[in-house]
Amino acid sequence: MTAWIPLLVILPLSGAFLIAIFSGMFKRIGGILTPLFMLILTCLGFMFFFRETDVLVYHIGGWELYNGIPVGIHFVVDGLSVLMVAIINLMGFLASFYSVSYIRKFTGEKYYYALFCLMVAGMNGVVLTGDLFNMFIFLEIAVISSYALVAFGIEREELEASFKYQVLGGVASLVILLGIALIYWNTGTLNIADIAIVLKENGDNKLISFVQVLLIAGFGLKAAMIPFHAWLPDAHSSAPSPISAMLSGVLIKAVGVYAIMRLFFNMFTLSYEISMLITVIGAVSMVGGVLLAVGQWDFKRLLAYHSISQMGYVVLGVGMGMVILSVGGSRDVAVLAIAGGLYHMVNHAVFKGLLFLNAGAVEYKTGTRMLREMGGLSNNMPLTSATYFSASMAISGIPPFNGFFSKLLIIIAAVQGGFYLMAILAVVVSIITLASFLKVHRYAFIGFSRFKNKKMFGEAPFGMGLPMVILAVLCLGLSLLIIPFFRDIFLSPAVNTLIHTLDYSQPILGLLP
Amino acid sequence: MILYILCFILFLVGLYGVITRRNVIKIVLGICIMEYSLNLLLILIGYVDEGVAPIVVRETMASKFVDPLPQAMVLTVIVIGLATTAMLLAIAIRVYKKHGTFDIREIKNLKG
Amino acid sequence: MMTRGMTNIVKTTTRLICGVIFIFGIYLVSHGHLTPGGGFAGGTVMAGAFILLVLAFGDDVKHLRKTEEGSSTLENLAILLFLLMGVAGMLFGANVFFKNFLEAGTMGELFSAGVIPFLNILIGIEVAAALFTVFLAFVIFKEEEK
Repeated sequence: MTAWIPLLVILPLSGAFLIAIFSGMFKRIGGILTPLFMLILTCLGFMFFFRETDVLVYHIGGWELYNGIPVGIHFVVDGLSVLMVAIINLMGFLASFYSVSYIRKFTGEKYYYALFCLMVAGMNGVVLTGDLFNMFIFLEIAVISSYALVAFGIEREELEASFKYQVLGGVASLVILLGIALIYWNTGTLNIADIAIVLKENGDNKLISFVQVLLIAGFGLKAAMIPFHAWLPDAHSSAPSPISAMLSGVLIKAVGVYAIMRLFFNMFTLSYEISMLITVIGAVSMVGGVLLAVGQWDFKRLLAYHSISQMGYVVLGVGMGMVILSVGGSRDVAVLAIAGGLYHMVNHAVFKGLLFLNAGAVEYKTGTRMLREMGGLSNNMPLTSATYFSASMAISGIPPFNGFFSKLLIIIAAVQGGFYLMAILAVVVSIITLASFLKVHRYAFIGFSRFKNKKMFGEAPFGMGLPMVILAVLCLGLSLLIIPFFRDIFLSPAVNTLIHTLDYSQPILGLLP
Repeated sequence: MILYILCFILFLVGLYGVITRRNVIKIVLGICIMEYSLNLLLILIGYVDEGVAPIVVRETMASKFVDPLPQAMVLTVIVIGLATTAMLLAIAIRVYKKHGTFDIREIKNLKG
Repeated sequence: MMTRGMTNIVKTTTRLICGVIFIFGIYLVSHGHLTPGGGFAGGTVMAGAFILLVLAFGDDVKHLRKTEEGSSTLENLAILLFLLMGVAGMLFGANVFFKNFLEAGTMGELFSAGVIPFLNILIGIEVAAALFTVFLAFVIFKEEEK
């Protein structure tokens, strides 16, 4: 099974270049190739859930270990990366399928699909690679294609949002690069597993603390945590809707939160101060995001602010696990907190992707994003309305939808770990989220129509309807992850990867456990 | 040590430019300065006293090399910087065409 | 403007040195595995020769756009072939992505180092075409403004 790993990067890359070359001859090639490749990738990603050994290592170029020293670049497939690969490619498939109908009204279709494939290739690379600098390169591939995709409408707002995103993203990338350069200076290696061993031997170090703060700032900017969130509402609301679903659903997770989790659990030695900093950033994002979201009247902008808030839940859960591990508290509570965070991350990909696709369908049919100008859409667009209802219940944590269980896990872990304030905040934020989504429901979907021309809008076309239905079913279906049988296949390996922090290095460096 | 600190100061100069300038093109230049300071820092990290260029030919077989890995990293960063700068400038030109100005105070529409 | 492009002095000088610059770029690319330089450096030099030509002689927008399309396709083709070289390593030999599956040869000779010279040539084409495309995109943008 190891031999299949590089296909996860090769397929989307070759798809991007094939589309760019042949779309002059065959106009439809992008719309056919992209969903097809994404479907293959999704199957590949899910195949890795049933791998023989816990960790698979792939040496690119055949550069094996030399006297126990890693000389080449490795791809590592373990519980956490396989979970990320699965949600990236699943969302990629659904969003690209949705795009086929949606993107017809734009010009330059071929660039859209080529950039889409490049973005997926970059994200797959980020979650697979075991090399710090290689991670930076894949990260740049993913975010540079997303810069172009945000500006795809080339109107005033799109250009301004893209410029803001690029400047902040560029600064973030350079801060990350500074951190990587200092790590290389301090340890003399770039392999994450090797750095972990060297850092553990060297012990505490002022320079490494500085690097940790740099990396939190850099990846926090990519993940739009609250002091660094300024670009997200503009970028995510200006992009074409399938791209908003990809950006909010997976990009901020793959290049932001995943990198924070991987580096701070598996590479750095856990320290109380840094863990507490991450937890506080998570809590502030959770509260601040939802407070900023309540006052919004632009449908997609409101969803974008909720992304900040929901990612706050994820970082809060994972951060609490870090704090508990670093002070040597109960391992079970740490497992619960991290499992809650990861579970919420998967759920957020599904329901936030669905919400952005709903917003796209509404915009596609009515031509507006302003909630005050809508109304009565549940009669016109029953499918969109029904799927929106399921997603909004999931995001506000109403049982039996998936959001309820992941939030419950986080809150239980917070109470058991002694973070009473965080538990109260999580409950309050959940209630405000519900209020905010009921507002959308009240203004957009029920009541009388406030549209200027009182005609009936039809339902969105089949190509847009099918991904929405699949995601709505997943909103309910992912609740099953709470059952031990499914949890052991999908969620527990990822939690184990994080909880056994330095065991990550052993299979990669060929050490005996 | 002073050289490393100068690199870091150059990084901060670029950051200062990004934060305080009002002109779109000057912001792009600030990002470029930050990138070049990091390239310098990477090359300095790889420097070894009395090291020669890391090219293996018969005459240099026995001598001491500087670290080639940061040099490879710098090349990669230059390529990435090329893509980022081209992208930024393309957007800047488009912005100029739409708004007729490079001043970000007049471009600002999105807020809240 | 009466004639397109710059003055006669510039045009004549460009005619003289442009070929030399291009050949120097090819030298840098082909000796990438032996001396400093290689695909990226050589590719930028090669792109410099083309950029010099466009700057000195100028061109009308329609033709520039056609050139841009061509160089963009060439760029995509080169990078696809680069990826295929990596995949070829999976198909032949040890089944590893980007495996150097050709014989290494003797050190210091032009035909040595397995697939690395081929990768260098592909990167050279890719970088030259990409830089030229970026330049042409800006030129076309400026020409349209007029």
